Amino acid sequence: MGELAIELKGIDKSFGLVHANKDINLKVRKGTIHGIIGENGAGKSTLMSILYGFYQADRGEILVDGRPIDIRDPNTAISAGIGMVHQHFMLVENFTVLENVMLGAEESWILNAGITKARSELKRLEKEYALEVDPDAVIEELPVGLQQRVEILKALYRKADILILDEPTGVLTPAEADHLFRILGQLKAQGKTVILITHKLREIMAITDEVSVMRRGEMVATRQTNKTSVEELAELMVGRRVLLRVEKGEARPGAVKLSVKDLTVRDSRGVTMVDDVSFDLRAGEIVGIAGVAGNGQSELLEAIAGIRRAVAGSVELNGRAIDVTGHADPAELRQRGLAHVPEDRHHVGLVLKFEESENAILGYHDDPKYRKGLLLDIDAIRADAEDNIRKYDIRPPNARLKTANFSGGNQQKIVLAREMERDPDVLIIGQPTRGVDVGAIEFIHRRIIEMRDQGKAVLLVSVELDEIRALSDRILVMFAGRVVGEREPDASEGEIGLLMAGVEGPKEAAQ
Amino acid sequence: MSTPYAKLPGWVEYGLIPLVNLVVAFAVAGLVVLLVGESPLEAAYHMINGAFGRGEYIGFTLYYATTFIFTGLAVAVAFHAGLFNIGGEGQAYVAGIGVALACLWLDRLMPWYVVFPIAILGAALFGAAWAFLPGWFQAKRGSHIVITTIMFNFIAASLMNYMLNRVMKPLGSMSLETRTFDAGGQLPKLDWLMAIFGLSVGTSPFNVTFLLALAASFGVWVLIWRTKLGYEMRTMGHSPQAARYAGIKEARIIVITMMISGALAGMMALNPIMGETYRMQLDFVQGAGFVGIAVALMGRSHPAGIIPAAILFGVLYQGGAEIAFEMPSISRDMIVIIQGLVILFAGALEHMFRPAITRAVLGLSGRGRTQAAVKGA
Repeated sequence: MGELAIELKGIDKSFGLVHANKDINLKVRKGTIHGIIGENGAGKSTLMSILYGFYQADRGEILVDGRPIDIRDPNTAISAGIGMVHQHFMLVENFTVLENVMLGAEESWILNAGITKARSELKRLEKEYALEVDPDAVIEELPVGLQQRVEILKALYRKADILILDEPTGVLTPAEADHLFRILGQLKAQGKTVILITHKLREIMAITDEVSVMRRGEMVATRQTNKTSVEELAELMVGRRVLLRVEKGEARPGAVKLSVKDLTVRDSRGVTMVDDVSFDLRAGEIVGIAGVAGNGQSELLEAIAGIRRAVAGSVELNGRAIDVTGHADPAELRQRGLAHVPEDRHHVGLVLKFEESENAILGYHDDPKYRKGLLLDIDAIRADAEDNIRKYDIRPPNARLKTANFSGGNQQKIVLAREMERDPDVLIIGQPTRGVDVGAIEFIHRRIIEMRDQGKAVLLVSVELDEIRALSDRILVMFAGRVVGEREPDASEGEIGLLMAGVEGPKEAAQ
Repeated sequence: MSTPYAKLPGWVEYGLIPLVNLVVAFAVAGLVVLLVGESPLEAAYHMINGAFGRGEYIGFTLYYATTFIFTGLAVAVAFHAGLFNIGGEGQAYVAGIGVALACLWLDRLMPWYVVFPIAILGAALFGAAWAFLPGWFQAKRGSHIVITTIMFNFIAASLMNYMLNRVMKPLGSMSLETRTFDAGGQLPKLDWLMAIFGLSVGTSPFNVTFLLALAASFGVWVLIWRTKLGYEMRTMGHSPQAARYAGIKEARIIVITMMISGALAGMMALNPIMGETYRMQLDFVQGAGFVGIAVALMGRSHPAGIIPAAILFGVLYQGGAEIAFEMPSISRDMIVIIQGLVILFAGALEHMFRPAITRAVLGLSGRGRTQAAVKGA
């Protein structure tokens, strides 16, 4: 039994009627990597925010190195040796690495002395933990993996002994994630304590020493990682047995439904996001697009769906062209059989302030069956919404509830129900299970496969490589806007990972 | 966790919080009155008495409220589509031309109930036309609606100066106004409505435009919550990205919304021109377009909130005039200060007391629930 770096006793926190943390007890041993796993909304982030001083617990006690401490704000947390690496980086994009690391810890109002000191300190940290970053590089020019390293350096510069990482691998390639894990191992070897929050079971198994599972605001179990299994953890998270493998039969691809040729898309700054992409999508198959976030997948989906203009290329839907370089009309595309589940359901796929039933017709509100004279037929709209609620088991089953009050998984089901229930020919789906709890993931995956088996053509974009490999019949890998390779779903993760990182696979290299 | 404020029961959201804001606004206003060395209680008495003391006073209060309902609805409609139309002032001003033209043309030929619908149309058309250009610039050129509508207020003021000076003023007259309309251009007062309550309108200009304002409020409710156009407007107002995703034509919605907003602001012109002075005078809008912003803010852009908010501002105008009359050391400017405080607390500082009230209310009901749950278990 090692010493405890952190001990939480009876932490309790409510937001209004939401009981986010219920009587949480947690012991984190010094010099270990401790995983905290749980579904979205299980209370992981709330708990860590209490530890880092963003929130105050209603009740309970925090002990750091065995001493009770009252963490009023992040500054107290930092001076107690706690550092946090947020899911969304807190960096000033147009500052250099050095400037970002110093920010808020400048020591005096004249910068020069501080800069020299910070530079030598940074050198020392880089050596000690193998965290090489050029101190004079500007943040926005660094790849995401390096930006994350700067976040870690920031915490270490503030003399953190306990490092909290919130979903750190969401934005990383498999190779970058591996590198991060090596860094975490290095930190552990140097006696630092690491708390890793994640929803990815594989990461927990790979690098943690101990793991605590949260479910609905409660700490349901703590296990030694080498004495537990993925299946047990999944069951603890959800509270019932979960099918982790997706079962699906052989694909029977039919006619080409969607044909993309030489598609090129630039963003508002003129940077090429999709570079000369071509592929065909057939009825009855799922084509997955793998890639690290930001490599053009989003823009590709948007261009096909008619909400982002392409600069060159053509797309055919059911043999008829879509005016992707001109005025493609999403409403018209829907009528022609294209359904689109957008990546960002909070801002694009849903209007969070609308009632559920109002979102159930978004994009289909032109349908004459929802019209009664000059007015909308509210009864018809609600009846349809309630149908979907039943079929997709959306909870709570209330078509009049504000959409923001549904959980992530149920919000996604609202979108899926809307897009799937209109019998489209082509379904394009971005990040089907982002921010969705394990129980709902199972359901969503089954529905996507059902769509395929009904002969729909499905184009799937996800940053979760596991998901792509589990669902797809063919995998296209995108890097820097280009399709850099096509693989079968049984290709090894390492092989696809290399393609995602922009390293040419052996097949291409041989050609 | 993702929402900073939990959902509150309706009576708190729409009753308690506005009330607390209002009480604080009046309390601070009372301090200002104290500062001038007058009694706040006396001022409050004159305010209330001046607004409600007699049928005539109520008539004045509701006359002002009528004007504010229109300008409030105008701002609210634009709000729902995510547009901040602060050009109600100019739109109402220019709409006066539409009203005046209808009256000057027909007032000697037709009875008021024939002239009125035509004047409504005229007001709506001219108001909509004045809002069309800013809307079109926003939709096609991305010129920010706040900037353009402000500028159009100034252009409207100059245009109306010119119109009244050179075009619409009767020959030989020295004052900047049209001729006085005959019977056809004069709207009947709502004596019968007041009589139901045993009151009399007296000299107040409380007229049928009030009923039009109520009808317009209902119409706006139907438009926003029961039509496809309203659905598209709200989608765009909440999330322009979702609107694009849904295939909603942004440019079209912006232009149409602005025109509806301008038409509503324009209808305000009917009230003073046909209901009170029976002629169009220079500067007849008198800031009502701006008051509409406060009314829409207070009324949460919902007709059911806008009507009471408009009446509140009617009270401030009418009761305020009474205070200025009865208490000479409190000038007209003091009344503006009080109105400003109401806008400040009810509009800009709307969220000041919300966290505390949320805690108090949810603390009470939350404890009740957990106890119930414990008993249940």
